[in-house]
Amino acid sequence: MAPHAWTIHETLEHLRRGEISAVEVTEDYLTRIEALDPILHAYLTVTPDLALAQAREADERWVAWRRDPTTPLPPLNGIPLAIKDVICVQGVRCTCGSRILENFVPPYEATAIVRLREAGAVFLGKTNTDEFAMGSSTENSAFGPTRNPWDLERVPGGSSGGSAAAVAADLCAGALGTDTGGSVRQPAALCGVVGLKPTYGRVSRYGLVAYGSSLDQIGPITKDVWDAAILLQWIAGPDPRDATSWPAPVPDYTRALIPDLKGVRVGVPPEYFIPGMQPEVEGAVREAIEVLAELGAEVIEVSLPHTAYALPTYYMIAPAEASANLARYDGVKYGLRIQGETIWDTYRLTRGYGFGPEVKRRIMLGTYALSAGYYDAYYLKAQKVRTLIRRDFEQAFERVDVMVCPTSPTTAFRLGERTSDPLQMYLADIFTITANLAGICGISVPCGFDSQGLPIGLQILGPALGEEKILRVAYAYEQATPWHHRRPPLTAIDHPGRSLGSGERFG
Amino acid sequence: MPEEVAMALSREEVEHIAELAKLALTDEEKSLYAEQLSAILGYFRKLQEVDTSDIPPTATVLPIRNVFRPDEPGEPMPREWLLQNAPAQADGCFQVQPVLEE
Repeated sequence: MAPHAWTIHETLEHLRRGEISAVEVTEDYLTRIEALDPILHAYLTVTPDLALAQAREADERWVAWRRDPTTPLPPLNGIPLAIKDVICVQGVRCTCGSRILENFVPPYEATAIVRLREAGAVFLGKTNTDEFAMGSSTENSAFGPTRNPWDLERVPGGSSGGSAAAVAADLCAGALGTDTGGSVRQPAALCGVVGLKPTYGRVSRYGLVAYGSSLDQIGPITKDVWDAAILLQWIAGPDPRDATSWPAPVPDYTRALIPDLKGVRVGVPPEYFIPGMQPEVEGAVREAIEVLAELGAEVIEVSLPHTAYALPTYYMIAPAEASANLARYDGVKYGLRIQGETIWDTYRLTRGYGFGPEVKRRIMLGTYALSAGYYDAYYLKAQKVRTLIRRDFEQAFERVDVMVCPTSPTTAFRLGERTSDPLQMYLADIFTITANLAGICGISVPCGFDSQGLPIGLQILGPALGEEKILRVAYAYEQATPWHHRRPPLTAIDHPGRSLGSGERFG
Repeated sequence: MPEEVAMALSREEVEHIAELAKLALTDEEKSLYAEQLSAILGYFRKLQEVDTSDIPPTATVLPIRNVFRPDEPGEPMPREWLLQNAPAQADGCFQVQPVLEE
């Protein structure tokens, strides 16, 4: 098996045994990126110099450790990762998928990145995203969409579609995404990989470019559940630079990985099985719930009565927060500037040209909702319904340890299929936004394939700081099923007419 | 609470919101957003079904608390780093057009 096919824990084992060097693993990924990324467009920026320098340093640490096993060895020494392009890596361009930040090079670094760097990770590059993480398909990137590795005519989901596609196509060992309304879990489901949204505040948001500040979380996208636990371990924890980071100690997440579910109570919310969802998705999720029961879980139906109001609540609160957060892009201190006759014209032109259609749509929506005369009817109303959605989960988690449901109502849709109808696109998030509104944690794991061969995701939701619970259920399910071993058939033979490594960009 | 929430947006309202948000829009964009935002706002009408009379709003899911740190001077970021992304700079400062009229 080639190094790029290994999980993070497998790669660490091969490195530990000295069978391969971190430079060799990194070179294998860089070669694969060069061959396949012109087709997939998972990366916006590839950083081979940085990656190889980090890999060489990691190899020096492996050598020192082998000479003297008492030498401290960082936990992710030599693991090549991809980072969503809304998370700042110092000195590496961070575009947020937007023309307005096309040439922005952050002079500082996100806390999650500092921690991964200290853990010995290698950064392969920055991955494609819907502009400012606003979208469910990666089609809102100003630099063109990412393609789904399982079917190149379909979207990878979004907004962390670049990270999910990179993990699914073995263009990195693991990746970071961000999840404001499902942007880690939904693309993970559509690409057949694992995606974990931590509890709000579990991972520092310092250095993450803000979209919806009461909703945003950084989370891992990985090839299996064990890897998700490993990455979360090193990015989680309180941070003095983020006042909303949760001051609770970080448990050892890998200890939660137990392959049975005896004594675990699993809730199934009937509101998450709705008319109009793809029957094969419902079928696969229902079968997955039977597997959980066979593993020893007690399965109980638990209602979340305000679910139907989650989508309008989210699409009021998130754009309102976005309209405030994106006010900073004024062409003064960084980013694009289009000079007008007056400073006011400069603001208007810079923002009018620099932002894409969906970002402008959400800024308009949020500005309207927060404007005089409409604040109570829209924004305050949505915040009150948000309270009811939180209470639904609080009451549910008094009875069960986790809730399970589909991650997405459909498998990957076709490129262009929903771009002209914003409401249709927003429906892709219908099962994931509740976790962000309630501030709880959730994970998506592969649970089957539809008749087109497209992956289906099972979502497991847990209470605030319940990461160990969702990891345990996800791990037990994964170990009992074959889905995570499947990889997309990405070869030149399977896609005739598309030459590999030509540098060609589609879309 | 106004009864007339989620009415269709007029072109003038779209222009007013765009001005509040400092967004230059083309004529085509104004028509498109008037139509799309009206549809989205219509969808929000669903929220009016919910009785929230005794429900407090949620602004953050975290328990509200103050976070303190010792007030000690730290290492500032070098000025050149802060200026490196500036569209225009002069004498170690960000350069902008006049904000105040004469």
